[in-house]
Amino acid sequence: MSLKIRAELCDGCGNCLERCPFGALEIKGGLATVLETCTSCGACVRVCPHKAIELIRQPRKAAPVKIQDYRGVWVFIEQHEGRIDQVALELLSEGRKLADERGAELAGVLLGSGVEALTAECFAYGADKVYLADAPLYEHYRTDAYTDVLVQLIRRYKPEIILYGATNNGRDFAARIAVRVNTGLTADCTGLSIDPETGLLRQTRPAFGGNVMATILCPNHRPQMATVRPKVMKTAAPDPERSGEIIRFTGRLSEEQIGTRVLDIVRGAVSGVNLQDAEIIVSGGRGLGGPEHYHLIEELAEALGGVAGASRAAVDAGWVPQYRQVGQTGKTVAPRLYVACGISGAIQHLAGMNTSEIIVAVNNDPAAPIFNIATFGLVGDLHTILPLLTQKIRALKQSGPAEKKVGA
Amino acid sequence: MRIVVCVKQVPDTTEVKIDPVKNTLIRDGVPSIVNPFDECAVEAALRFREEHGGRVTALSMGPPQAETALRKCLAMGADAAVLISDRAFAGADTLATSFALARAVAKIGADLIFCGKMAIDGDTAQVGPGIAEHLSLTQVTNVQKIKEVHADHLLVERVCDGGYELVRAKTPALLAVEKTVGEPRYPSVRGSVLAQQTEITKWSAADIEAPEEKIGLNGSPTQVMQIFTPETQLHSEMLEAPSEDALCDLLIGKLRQAEIL
Repeated sequence: MSLKIRAELCDGCGNCLERCPFGALEIKGGLATVLETCTSCGACVRVCPHKAIELIRQPRKAAPVKIQDYRGVWVFIEQHEGRIDQVALELLSEGRKLADERGAELAGVLLGSGVEALTAECFAYGADKVYLADAPLYEHYRTDAYTDVLVQLIRRYKPEIILYGATNNGRDFAARIAVRVNTGLTADCTGLSIDPETGLLRQTRPAFGGNVMATILCPNHRPQMATVRPKVMKTAAPDPERSGEIIRFTGRLSEEQIGTRVLDIVRGAVSGVNLQDAEIIVSGGRGLGGPEHYHLIEELAEALGGVAGASRAAVDAGWVPQYRQVGQTGKTVAPRLYVACGISGAIQHLAGMNTSEIIVAVNNDPAAPIFNIATFGLVGDLHTILPLLTQKIRALKQSGPAEKKVGA
Repeated sequence: MRIVVCVKQVPDTTEVKIDPVKNTLIRDGVPSIVNPFDECAVEAALRFREEHGGRVTALSMGPPQAETALRKCLAMGADAAVLISDRAFAGADTLATSFALARAVAKIGADLIFCGKMAIDGDTAQVGPGIAEHLSLTQVTNVQKIKEVHADHLLVERVCDGGYELVRAKTPALLAVEKTVGEPRYPSVRGSVLAQQTEITKWSAADIEAPEEKIGLNGSPTQVMQIFTPETQLHSEMLEAPSEDALCDLLIGKLRQAEIL
């Protein structure tokens, strides 16, 4: 595909420039001109009032794989120390829907050591089958060992779709698999659906720091693969009565052929907080005015039973350590409640938290962009509001019903 | 030790603003920077060279103006820089990008490759592992520290849930680093002067023997079907009350309704 500007129709109005998410157009000599950064996404085609932009679709060469041979939806079941990660259960729930729409089976791919008992959970959450590689070699996630197994499974059983959690391991794994089997991979998706006409997997993800959404297809290669952001897909209720088929499998690599070895796992020694798993996060930004006020954030977080985060401005100023940073170059979070205090709402911050369920913003500037995405906005001085709020919530929790409803 | 560090020139997204009326990106005047994670990769490469010797080559793929990003790497202390640039690379997804970069790495020759964890404009974290796979190298992603260097292996810390893994990795290897590997240094005056004098090697697709069907749009299995502006929060509500005290009560009421409290 390529983009063509029809010079006889273009009047250099520049509508297309504003629309282009990649900055790939410019006006030269009164005409729109396509730059190298163009990805042929077509966003400009629709906004041109003169119909001067055309997407030229070149005839495709024959598909490199026989795509009709590929069937079924697979989910990588990431587990740590015998516990399945929440994101894998979310993906089984989502994968079940996709498989039903495609009239196909849903399978889990489970690797580990002594993890066979976890297959029951996979079935309960919707899997029809589990491909199981259970050996000491697979105790820890390791790129080479896991890639060897999954690539062989893909070549033998030909799944149409594979989903991975967009975790450190999931991203490491999927990226390696995509290259070895020569297929596409869409990172960090927040939406998946089946295109009703073509049956292709529509993979939607935030692009350009969360300012635009892009829907990506992988039409001519198989499997279609995506990593999916944790906490975006809903987990269905498990059905403990469900059962399924276990297919045992071992890779070909021996210990000597594997490039890495996990010698030790050290927990809690580094970043003292786990922002990504928190149900409630309270973050402070430049509006705090100085590191001496960060305790207001910590106290409110504690009262709410959550953890304390920060914006890049507060981290760059040296007020708060980097591991607490939420945003594009920090942690991406999606808690049930996100309280942004003294944070203006720069794009790179919003990109890291805009999928939170409820967003509360406290800021003394009523024009702060954070209010555009806040569920509830409070204009005022955080130095007054936060202590009041903390005090009231503490009082409420002491007197109110002990039952806490946080958690799915 | 031959060290290659891969960098990408990206728009400084902290400077991007949204047009409040049209709800589109305002790109005018947005400066281009070296991807912040890649700057840390350069820092890690330079520290490695300082302790263990070697030569650091910065590598980038992009339009001719990506040279600016490479000048920054040279100013920080890289010994050489290579830019692969060709219209045929345009529209590459992560598969085609990692293929082209891997060809360039192979031509330069490397025992150790550093990459940033991900680029802030694409957020995929896929190109590093892609390069490693194309070259059949050991990869370690999310590296926060290089602890020990031995003749045929490294000991590194890899960030995992709530802590880190201590990983023994055979070399040659590709390391994708977290920001915590080290604060990128500021270029020295001397470094900046030297950087202006150093010639940047430029290679086309033909120079790295990258076949047409493997690069650019042709080599990219994924296609962008649609770009759209995300829906803004539907229930955006400004809470108003006569006093701060009442404002807090109002919010607490809302949070109780939502069953958060």
